[in-house]
Amino acid sequence: MTQLILEQALNGLQFGLMLFLLAAGLTLVFGIMDCINLAHGSLYMVGAYFVAAATQAADSFWIGLGAGAAGAAVLGLLLELSLFRQFYKRDHLSQVLATFALILIANEAVRVIWGAQPVMLNPPDALAGPVEIGDFFYPAYRLVIIAFGLAVAGLLYLVVAKSRVGMWVRAGAANREMTEALGINVQALFTAVFVFGTALCALAGGLLGPLLAVQVGMGESVLILAFVVIIIGGIGSIRGALVGSLIVGSVDTLGRALLPTLLRALLPADAASTLGPALASILIYLLMAGILFFKPQGLFPARA
Amino acid sequence: MAFYRAAPYQKPVAIALVLLLAALPFGLTAFGQEFYIGFATRVLIFALAASSLNLVLGFGGMFSLGHAAFFGIGAYAAAICQQAGINEALIAFPLAMAVAGLFALAVGAISLRTRGVYFIMITLAFAQMAYYLFVSARSWGGDDGLPLLGRMTLAGVSLADDTHFYFAAFSGLTVAMLFLGRLANARFGRVIQAIRENETRMEALGYPVFRYRLVCFALGGALAGLAGALLANLTGLASPNLLVWTQSGTLLVMVIIGGVGYLYGGAVGALILLCLEEVLVGFTPHWHIALGLILLGVVLFAPKGVAALFGKKHG
Repeated sequence: MTQLILEQALNGLQFGLMLFLLAAGLTLVFGIMDCINLAHGSLYMVGAYFVAAATQAADSFWIGLGAGAAGAAVLGLLLELSLFRQFYKRDHLSQVLATFALILIANEAVRVIWGAQPVMLNPPDALAGPVEIGDFFYPAYRLVIIAFGLAVAGLLYLVVAKSRVGMWVRAGAANREMTEALGINVQALFTAVFVFGTALCALAGGLLGPLLAVQVGMGESVLILAFVVIIIGGIGSIRGALVGSLIVGSVDTLGRALLPTLLRALLPADAASTLGPALASILIYLLMAGILFFKPQGLFPARA
Repeated sequence: MAFYRAAPYQKPVAIALVLLLAALPFGLTAFGQEFYIGFATRVLIFALAASSLNLVLGFGGMFSLGHAAFFGIGAYAAAICQQAGINEALIAFPLAMAVAGLFALAVGAISLRTRGVYFIMITLAFAQMAYYLFVSARSWGGDDGLPLLGRMTLAGVSLADDTHFYFAAFSGLTVAMLFLGRLANARFGRVIQAIRENETRMEALGYPVFRYRLVCFALGGALAGLAGALLANLTGLASPNLLVWTQSGTLLVMVIIGGVGYLYGGAVGALILLCLEEVLVGFTPHWHIALGLILLGVVLFAPKGVAALFGKKHG
């Protein structure tokens, strides 16, 4: 039992770190420019396809990952300059409509280019096997993802919390007008944030590719999770996104693994087998509703 | 946004529309296009669903991204009623409305404590919960959904015939639109719109803002439930896909392209979106791209929606 919990906790950590890569860009876009970007999930999907294509072309997962993320960053730059710039000043309704349109376009474009079948993305051969940790085996690839996620999260945290650019970003999220008045070019700063966020999205998509299927529509479900994360953490807060990701990742993973067993001990088998999966899948939404009930601005509100 | 007021020509236009829609199935049958009766029914049902969202979003100013939950719950309520042996629409539909309305009441009671973006996300979260509950409910078909054994009867008349069913949906929509038109100009509608414009002032004037909003939200949920019950009868299936968040997005898109806060905004949007789909599907299998581009064009060039080009608003 402890072994199961330990393994699931590692899985939860890994999932949470990947969610953080997605949520980091989303929360900054949301926080600084007050722009609801439903197409963030599509950038994740397109990024994963880029990584898969680049991996196939280069025959190396790591080169593919880098090239795919770079390609996604270029796409993000083009999108920001051509479209997103026009949405910032509009109301949330227009942003939802416009980014919903982008989801339709992205899904269909991917289907046209790569077909409707899921694309296979294999982890590097050296990492295909399990490694022994203490008294159980854990896939080496997942361990690498955890290490990679921790490194990126730490780096991002350092940049945002300690560097001058990070200070501008935080200032922009807390009060955009005041930051502009102080002479910071928030527009250019935001373009950089958007591009960076897109690259992180693609990294998450590429890293998760070998674990989940790279397929059309993969962005929609993960987008909702990313939104849950930033709402729990507080919009515009990187620290909130990190804490929120780890909470959502572990609650979701542990809930799915342990709740059915737990319920079976408490309830009759019939009720438990119906209730278990249902409760496990709505757990994070319950959590979010509960947190919003007590802290309507999330755990770490960026705007005091 | 300004208060809704019917344009002077709205009444004759409405009467003409009712006559036209009443004649439509006979016209289609005369030209041998019976297939389109089903399509027209679908448009009417989505017009009702989008109008119910427009009540919440356009008149109440509440940006809900979970409206499909009420729509889907209405569909499931109808299917479950039939399973329980209730095959009479006059009983099953009000039951579906009641269930969807009560769920909306509960969701609203919690969600309306939050504001802005947080409200959008918490309504979305509740819709996701409802979705996962239905997906995991094996006794209600789980992933596959709950099929209906056939269409219900309305006051003893079977709705199995497409034309009969068209008129059932048509009367549902007509009654709902009459109700919404009255509501928008009634005291309740005025108060709701005033709250949308300036919540603090209404609070200071002594209006119970929260309760007005909650009632509006629940009414919208109940109307969406009616649309869901109708749709389940049309397609013969209550599917969890009706509750997916992209369905809420589609309803939102309908309201936005139709015109937020215009009485006919939802209906116009539903007509435009479904017709666009129908036409584009004929041209290319990749019609989603074309639809997406058109929606982008609407955002960039007609941000107020199509109904704004016809309806009038006064300050």
